[in-house]
Amino acid sequence: MSWIDKILPAGVRKSESSDRASVPEGLWKKCVKCDSVLYRPDLERNNDVCPKCDHHMRIGARRRLDIFLDEDGREEIYADIEPVDRLKFKDKKRYKDRLNAAQKSTGEKDALVAMSGALSGMPVVAVAFEFNFHGGSMGYAVGEKFARAARQALSDGVPLVCFSASGGARMQEALISLMQMAKTSAVLERMKQSSVPYVSVMTDPIYGGVSASLALLGDINVAEPDARAGFAGPNIIEQTIRQKLPKGFQRSEFLLEHGAIDMIVHRNDMRATLARILAKLTDQAPPAEVISTELELAEDGELQAGEQAVRALDD
Amino acid sequence: MNPNYLDFEQPIAELEVKIEELQLVGSDAEMDISAEIENLRKKSTRLTEKIYANLSAWDIVKVARHPKRPYSLDYIPRIFTEFDELHGDRHFGDDKAIVGGIARLDDRPVMVIGQEKGRAVKDKVYRNFGMPKPEGYRKALRLMEMAERYKMPVVTLIDTPGAYPGIDSEERGISESIAQNLAVMSRLATPIICIVIGEGSSGGALGIGVGDHLAMLQYATYFVISPEGCANIIWKSSDHAPDAAEAMGVTSTVLEDLGIVDATIPEPLGGAHRDIDMMAQRIKEHISEQLSALDQVSLDDMLERRYQRLMSYGN
Repeated sequence: MSWIDKILPAGVRKSESSDRASVPEGLWKKCVKCDSVLYRPDLERNNDVCPKCDHHMRIGARRRLDIFLDEDGREEIYADIEPVDRLKFKDKKRYKDRLNAAQKSTGEKDALVAMSGALSGMPVVAVAFEFNFHGGSMGYAVGEKFARAARQALSDGVPLVCFSASGGARMQEALISLMQMAKTSAVLERMKQSSVPYVSVMTDPIYGGVSASLALLGDINVAEPDARAGFAGPNIIEQTIRQKLPKGFQRSEFLLEHGAIDMIVHRNDMRATLARILAKLTDQAPPAEVISTELELAEDGELQAGEQAVRALDD
Repeated sequence: MNPNYLDFEQPIAELEVKIEELQLVGSDAEMDISAEIENLRKKSTRLTEKIYANLSAWDIVKVARHPKRPYSLDYIPRIFTEFDELHGDRHFGDDKAIVGGIARLDDRPVMVIGQEKGRAVKDKVYRNFGMPKPEGYRKALRLMEMAERYKMPVVTLIDTPGAYPGIDSEERGISESIAQNLAVMSRLATPIICIVIGEGSSGGALGIGVGDHLAMLQYATYFVISPEGCANIIWKSSDHAPDAAEAMGVTSTVLEDLGIVDATIPEPLGGAHRDIDMMAQRIKEHISEQLSALDQVSLDDMLERRYQRLMSYGN
């Protein structure tokens, strides 16, 4: 064991056989965008946004709702909705087996988590996509849970906020998936006609059937910085038109520039921004100051020492 | 190989060639071969019946994409009279992949909207191969809202390889244009009848496909992703398109079982292209029947039924 291994915490120590280029799991995490080595507790305090380059890392549905909703008064809703394999779809593996595997690895029944709760004291219904479950794809369970959550928002007259991250409609449920687009759009239209606000927050990535339904139907459409959203994936477009896509194509700035979204909102400002907007849409007094989610970076010195330690490992 | 016949139809093509040859001979030969021709004709019919009784899902995909398959503009003059085509979305342009206008079904004014693939090569390019851009969906929306104002039923004819995957399409918000149609069609206060006449590909098809009644022609297909696309993603090779077609259940038989499609309109033996007039007549009768049935229902009941139907998809 070299001297540096001795001073590192156990989780960071590299085993003999591991790939020397990888950053060990544990206290440190490498930013996929800028390659900075980040101290995990700092990263978490910063809502999984890289403190160096501001890259918004992907986060799971539960963490998303956790950092969005007030701590008090949250309750998961419609947790019992299960996916259904009506077609008994089978490719190399059975869809049923793929579902079981995804349920095991994510701990979720399907790719959407719904909660009722509050935002700065205002009651809201919030739903978030779990991208790690079949790429956040929408089949029956996702569409049904979204529709029920929206119907609850509608009947309670409270705003609905959706954080989407999805590859699109789920192929294994074929036309049933496609029809979830119509289902979710129909209930959102009822909300619109009843003046119950719906805010759609697009987080990286959103494509296909989710993009062409619930993600773009918000009274307010918001995107996180640098999120990708579009109907057709970049590969499909390149194959069709046989030319390279421009830089920044389908990114948040592109969406803003072309009028698809109202604003780009930093993850750390999400609570405050949406609370401010929803309070106005529902004609309530400005919300009590939103709990600051300002980043509390570790002392610069500490961070640099950690970075040097991990870099030394890589050498 | 005879390009007017599909691969699985080649035995029929061979018989038809023989019949043609005999006819040529027959006209200048002394011996009477009409009996032999008649015999071959019967044989050809029996063979066609036999082949068409056992079509795989993939075979049906091929019939739906047959180069001679009738398109919207083949049907519109045969089903309706006084078709006055209306153009443009009033914002950007006129999409040639979607045609629409006011016509009469017998005496009754109706709004007809159909996707059009184009026949000859030049025409196909002009029609963008039936792949609509946002302005196509927005034109359709404009016409549907007009139909609502003037209490005209809407009839949509679905036939598209998909919404256009291109840079301009994304820039102008193809996702939003489809999503908006789904939302508005779910509550448009006039009867909507949707008929898949050929290829119903994903969100591009659904974008004019939400209504009170959904029918498919016998050899039309409707899928969430093309069998080739599905095979590419799941099997990593488009060679598996036939397997994907089978697994996704892209035909009206499966989709009726799933409760998504309400009715199948039978095609002439060998497919709609063998007798376009007969096919158009059957479509016309079907539309008339469905409109009469909807006339018996109050507007509120019809809209509530449409909504509940959308909410039930996948249950």
